Amino acid sequence: MKRFVGSVRKEFYHIFRDRRSLFILFGMPIVQILLFGFAITNEINNVDIAILDQSNDVTSKEIINKIAASKHFSILDIIQQESSIESIFKKGKVKAVLQFENNFGRHLIKEKQATVQILTDATDPNMANTISNYISSILKNYQQELNNTVSIDYQIVPQSRMVYNAELKSVYMFVPGVMTVILMLVSAMMTSISITREKEQGTMEILLVSPLKPFQVIIGKVFPYIFLSVINAIVIVLLSIFIFNVPVKGSLFLLGFESILFIITSLALGILISTISSTQQTAMMISLMGLMLPTILLSGFIFPISSMPLPLQGISNIIPAKWFIIIVKGIMLKGVGIGFLLKETLILFAMTLVFMGISVKKYKIRLE
Amino acid sequence: MGILVKNISKSYGKVTALSNISLDVKPGELYGLIGPDGAGKTTLFRILTTLLIADKGQATVTGFDVLSDYKSIRNSVGYMPGRFSLYQDLTVEENLNFFATIFGTSIAENYDLIKDIYVQIEPFKNRRAGKLSGGMKQKLALSCALIHKPKVLFLDEPTTGVDPVSRKEFWEMLKRLQQKGITILVSTPYMDEAALCDRIALIQGGKILEIDIPKAIVGHFLKPLYNISASNMYSLITSLTHYEHTYSVFPFGEFVHYTDKREAMNVEEIKSYLVQQGLTNIHIELTQPTIEDTFMELAK
Repeated sequence: MKRFVGSVRKEFYHIFRDRRSLFILFGMPIVQILLFGFAITNEINNVDIAILDQSNDVTSKEIINKIAASKHFSILDIIQQESSIESIFKKGKVKAVLQFENNFGRHLIKEKQATVQILTDATDPNMANTISNYISSILKNYQQELNNTVSIDYQIVPQSRMVYNAELKSVYMFVPGVMTVILMLVSAMMTSISITREKEQGTMEILLVSPLKPFQVIIGKVFPYIFLSVINAIVIVLLSIFIFNVPVKGSLFLLGFESILFIITSLALGILISTISSTQQTAMMISLMGLMLPTILLSGFIFPISSMPLPLQGISNIIPAKWFIIIVKGIMLKGVGIGFLLKETLILFAMTLVFMGISVKKYKIRLE
Repeated sequence: MGILVKNISKSYGKVTALSNISLDVKPGELYGLIGPDGAGKTTLFRILTTLLIADKGQATVTGFDVLSDYKSIRNSVGYMPGRFSLYQDLTVEENLNFFATIFGTSIAENYDLIKDIYVQIEPFKNRRAGKLSGGMKQKLALSCALIHKPKVLFLDEPTTGVDPVSRKEFWEMLKRLQQKGITILVSTPYMDEAALCDRIALIQGGKILEIDIPKAIVGHFLKPLYNISASNMYSLITSLTHYEHTYSVFPFGEFVHYTDKREAMNVEEIKSYLVQQGLTNIHIELTQPTIEDTFMELAK
């Protein structure tokens, strides 16, 4: 027990005396969550658009007013000729151009049909898609208002409701993702680096020629990171509750338990990395390339797993982050209990055992 | 019950680090492993401290086999690797405390053992180990290796990169530790330190050249040895190297150590040869061989 306390105390000295690791530990989570929360967003607000109104009648004016009134768009320019559409796109000033045909209002009343063209700058496809959807829905609204006076015999009215995130806030999606990435990074990368540092500095040599058993060395090294990662998880949850108003609908206790489980999974991965790399640099490269990228790209954090090609979907199953994101989303946004997350929890648990098993097998009790 | 090494061989791929090494260190002995860089000293240390497995041969430390009983060895030896291997970001006191705890002891418990050494670095006990001078680092490393009262102490080149005064102090400390009954195996590339050991093994290219007490090692040098000095050191060496009767020429401080091929040699003859070569201020005198001379002779 004394040995354990001594090792842990020593590890804390290392962490608090190294500014770089302090920053990675505490600066990065806050920076990342704020960045993802504020800057990186799928929502559209105040997007600049231009109008080409060849009709210039009451109806088109009404529609333009409706668009101008929405908080999503601001009309930057009214252009007069079709030929200037291309140049205004090329300047990159607007993301979309709305073009009303000649005699728009008259067509609508006489022929019961009129066309308006939505041109979007699809260099950013997601954005273009969203803009087009938003404008369409404004048009649809207007159309419904017109039809209220007239009765249509058959009508299907789709009523969609966005459950669990009614306002479609992207921060709801980022908080579980960022939490996963940060816990993974801190736990796996920092432990693998701190273990390989002992190898690189030659201190592992002395630790080996001592009565300390390998598991005592490792436990002493990873314990501080469990503690610090838990603090990180708490900071992230607090930030998301108080700054981004992301709810925690489920049990905080369960969230804490699952987070600790995931932290231990990541630590086990970190230990595994440290057993196969001999320098801090290698450990960092493996952690970044081998863990961070899949965690960000294949876990369902940013890109939905269901739309990935089948082989990638298969790979995503062996990424611990995927399961943890499902768990966090479940607890925070849906408010589900352990009963619904049993499968994911067991998978994380099994992965932890496998990683630890391999680490124990690979751990070297001698040099080379 | 000291250290017993029997026919140990070890190679890394195609490079042979040790070939068929045998030696025995008696309990309480201060034993020196003398040889240049790359002689295989560190490899032997690592095999004895159970960090490496030998390809062939057996070895025991305090009666424990390095392979099957490695845990007992790790409990009872102190090891100071060649490279400074303490935590640079921890202070002197924190380092010592840490090593005391992992060996299940405390500084207070074994203070009398490290006292002589530790008092010298105690004024700097709140300084980070990375900021210590070379000599102080070595004293700290030795304190850390001693804190658990080991039966055997392995010191791999403890004085490399240390100033002459600290080196002298360091060896005085080893002598005191030896008096406390600790068996010490120490390696060094410095021949002058060899004379301070009880027994030495000269090692080169993974082979042991000679094992004996330092005085007897010198006795293996049979040829008369001359100190020669002249106005120009460089041309003195080149001239002697090309001299037909030369057996060996080595620079040694301000002199050149010279041996002749012939049974009886004529000092005047060499002198006139050197004058012929354009050298002035020539002094030639008979001298006592040192361990270094013996080493060079054996390594030839």
